[in-house]
Amino acid sequence: MKRRDSLKTLLVGSVAGGLMVSGCAPRTEKDTNVPEVPQLPGYGRNEAEKAHDAKVLAESFLNEHELETIAVLCDIILPSNAEFGSATDAEVPEFIAFIVKDMPRQQLPIRGGIAWLDNHSNKLHNLAFKACSEEQQKAICDSIAWPGKTAPELIPGERFFTRMRNLTLTGYFTSEMGIKDLGYEGNRPGVWDGVPDEVLKEHGLSYEKEWLAKCIDQSKRTEIAQWDEEGNLLT
Amino acid sequence: MQVINSSKTYDVAIVGSGAGGGMATKILSEAGFDVAVLEAGPFFDPAQDEYRTQLRWPWESPRRGASSDRRSFGDFDAAYGGWNLEGEPYTEAPGTRFAWFRSRMLGGRTNHWGRISLRFGPLDFKRKSIDGLGDNWPIGYDDVKPYYDKVDKLIGVFGSRENIKNEPDGFFLPPPKPRLHEMYYIKGARKAGIPVIPSRLSILTQRINNQRGSCFYCGQCNRGCSAYADFSSGTCLIFPAQKNGGKVELFTNAMVREVTTNAEGKATGVNYINKLDRKEHHLKAKIVVLAASACSTARILLNSKSSIHSDGLGNSSGMVGRYLHDSTGASRAAFVPELMNRKRYNEDGVGGMHVYTPWWLNDKKLDFPRGYHIEVWGGMGMPSYGFGFNPNDLNKITGGSIGGYGDGLRDDVKKYYGAVIGISGRGESVPQKDNYCEIDHDVVDEWGIPVLKFNYKWTEHEVKQAKHMQDTFEEVLEASGGILMGDKPGKDRDYGLTAPGEIIHEVGTTRMGKNKQTSVTNEYNQLHDAENVFVMDAGPFVSQADKNPTWTILALAWRASDYLVEQVKKRNI
Ligand SMILES: Cc1cc2nc3c(=O)[nH]c(=O)nc-3n(C[C@H](O)[C@H](O)[C@H](O)COP(=O)(O)OP(=O)(O)OC[C@H]3O[C@@H](n4cnc5c(N)ncnc54)[C@H](O)[C@@H]3O)c2cc1C
Ligand code: SF4
Repeated sequence: MKRRDSLKTLLVGSVAGGLMVSGCAPRTEKDTNVPEVPQLPGYGRNEAEKAHDAKVLAESFLNEHELETIAVLCDIILPSNAEFGSATDAEVPEFIAFIVKDMPRQQLPIRGGIAWLDNHSNKLHNLAFKACSEEQQKAICDSIAWPGKTAPELIPGERFFTRMRNLTLTGYFTSEMGIKDLGYEGNRPGVWDGVPDEVLKEHGLSYEKEWLAKCIDQSKRTEIAQWDEEGNLLT
Repeated sequence: MQVINSSKTYDVAIVGSGAGGGMATKILSEAGFDVAVLEAGPFFDPAQDEYRTQLRWPWESPRRGASSDRRSFGDFDAAYGGWNLEGEPYTEAPGTRFAWFRSRMLGGRTNHWGRISLRFGPLDFKRKSIDGLGDNWPIGYDDVKPYYDKVDKLIGVFGSRENIKNEPDGFFLPPPKPRLHEMYYIKGARKAGIPVIPSRLSILTQRINNQRGSCFYCGQCNRGCSAYADFSSGTCLIFPAQKNGGKVELFTNAMVREVTTNAEGKATGVNYINKLDRKEHHLKAKIVVLAASACSTARILLNSKSSIHSDGLGNSSGMVGRYLHDSTGASRAAFVPELMNRKRYNEDGVGGMHVYTPWWLNDKKLDFPRGYHIEVWGGMGMPSYGFGFNPNDLNKITGGSIGGYGDGLRDDVKKYYGAVIGISGRGESVPQKDNYCEIDHDVVDEWGIPVLKFNYKWTEHEVKQAKHMQDTFEEVLEASGGILMGDKPGKDRDYGLTAPGEIIHEVGTTRMGKNKQTSVTNEYNQLHDAENVFVMDAGPFVSQADKNPTWTILALAWRASDYLVEQVKKRNI
């Protein structure tokens, strides 16, 4: 999805990060249509949680300008490479839009951080950050992206950028694309039968014989266990 | 508002459906009793899709599994509630601290607990005889051993027969093989001269019956197992009790306020509030079993006042709520350069560590009493909210720069994935009469029930134990090839000792004993002051060993239930 398209759908609260919307009227201020009822597919919620999610989904916090700025920042922080898409391809701005509503403690630092950034870029270029050229944007980022090297007067920017970096990376690596990129191979039924031999070898390790003798023989995992009176396993 | 009376009188009312309540339900219903189980939380069954969080992906949660006021350990954790319960506060006396973790749901905290299932050893029941501190239990290991054996066989626990003095072996299923970071830990422990053995968790590496499956290694026991391959009270005790044809009536969303008593001081049932319509009910029962967890049970007892039990039911000794104690805890982590750029494979394993270190210095003279065991964590786990924060902080150690932006951040995250080992100590504290919970008469919860106020301070014993933990951690982690992360917490921070309650092993509020003046229950968990009331959670613990409490809660609840049945047969109750 193009960044622009994705943002548009984000603002109308439509298909975003696994969200489903029943009814499709855009939620604008003057809109008099029946309000849409955004819903999530089930993920094991109890009643109180369902009510909380529904409430958060129906709210809006960040405005269009803020969301667009976030999208620009997300892709500077995590651009696409030959194999994987960018943060916006992984719908990170949608994730951040939700998190900021769900975690009120994020609201002031994110809103204020964007305002700081715009104020700073206005001073330098008389342009809002998102309207700056890529070169100008990166130059600003360079001045706030390296903790410990930031000019004292730019510290608020550094704080904001660090927050954005964290949210972008966590949003990405908890997305389907990011997990593939990371190479996490679990979360599926399987049988653990020890560290692969080649990995042990690579690390110069091996299982002790006495230890292995205690471990489960996976061919017996479905046999019903029985013990003698001492507690020795018979099966 | 009027109290609505139950038309029926139950043989037994069981309050709470966690470890203790589940065991009581199973044993007492199978003995033919007509049982009512009252649980303050809603129904929960991890096998039904509407409750299931197991095998879900982080993106299925809009907050990517982050913790919230509604689930402290995150969206996928099987604990409704946690450090915070909406509408049900508690208070702390000025200058003291207690963290109270509650889960409100069928099965209580056994849905998400760590499954570490350790027996107390012979020394653990008689610590006063060894160090002169606290009190001995009125019972010993030999009294409980037959019940530990039965719990092992009924519920299933993996482990290995090791023949270590104070770490009794049981009826074990074979353990899983260690993971890679655990191999590093084994290497480090061997070098440091510290024992390490396969862990002991109530997870079925092999089937034990036809009702429950065997583990399929998703590493997510804390989410509750849809195959029932790990222990939780609902899946392994309450549902089977119902299926076996027992007379078990389940009252969920039923918040018990008090135990009602008659003119002789005997219990007649309980008053509870149906949370769904906020109406108050009286449920009649011949016997009441309290298993609402140690502090909740103390609260119910203290709120059950009558002319005979003027300071609260069971409280003629003034001991209800006293001797509250939790395990000690401290942790440290290290970065292991050899674990950088790991080859990817599925190492989820079981939902917990595959190896651990039992306490090894029983025979050594140290500057603190009692001991601790060491738990190990690490590995290439599933990301959730927070993963990727400070993506290249470890560059501090390897020499790169920190921060920045661009494609390189991806590489940083991937390079360091699974390269950290952490270890945590869990130790025994010395119970103190002056550490207690009481009723706070200034505050009620949303059901109008006066809440608990905690008064708890660690002593020098626990602080010194934490210091020993930190020294050990450094030695083992460095011997494992690790580079220590963060600063070593010093005296100013009590050596990283966790706040009381944070290890979630709170016990002792209705301790057992032979002397009615200094204890609340007898050695069969029966109130001294009312013979038809039993406490079957961790309240009756005299001392909490460095072993996690649940296996002992289960064994003692079974033992107490057998005694209860016998006393009814003899017409003593
Ligand atoms: C994250 C975590 C990890 C843990 N890991 C381990 C471990 O590895 N090994 C171990 O041994 N222990 C562990 N524990 C501790 C273990 O969960 C508890 O020891 C155990 O669940 C206690 O059982 P219980 O029956 O006393 O109470 P709980 O399991 O807490 O159940 C009490 C039940 O009573 C209900 N209740 C409370 N008040 C009322 C009321 N007024 N009316 C009606 N119902 C009420 C509650 O809703 C709850 O369902 C862990 C705990 C946590 C939180
Ligand atoms: S690790 Fe095994 S027992 Fe635990 S939840 Fe997964 S399959 Fe079930």
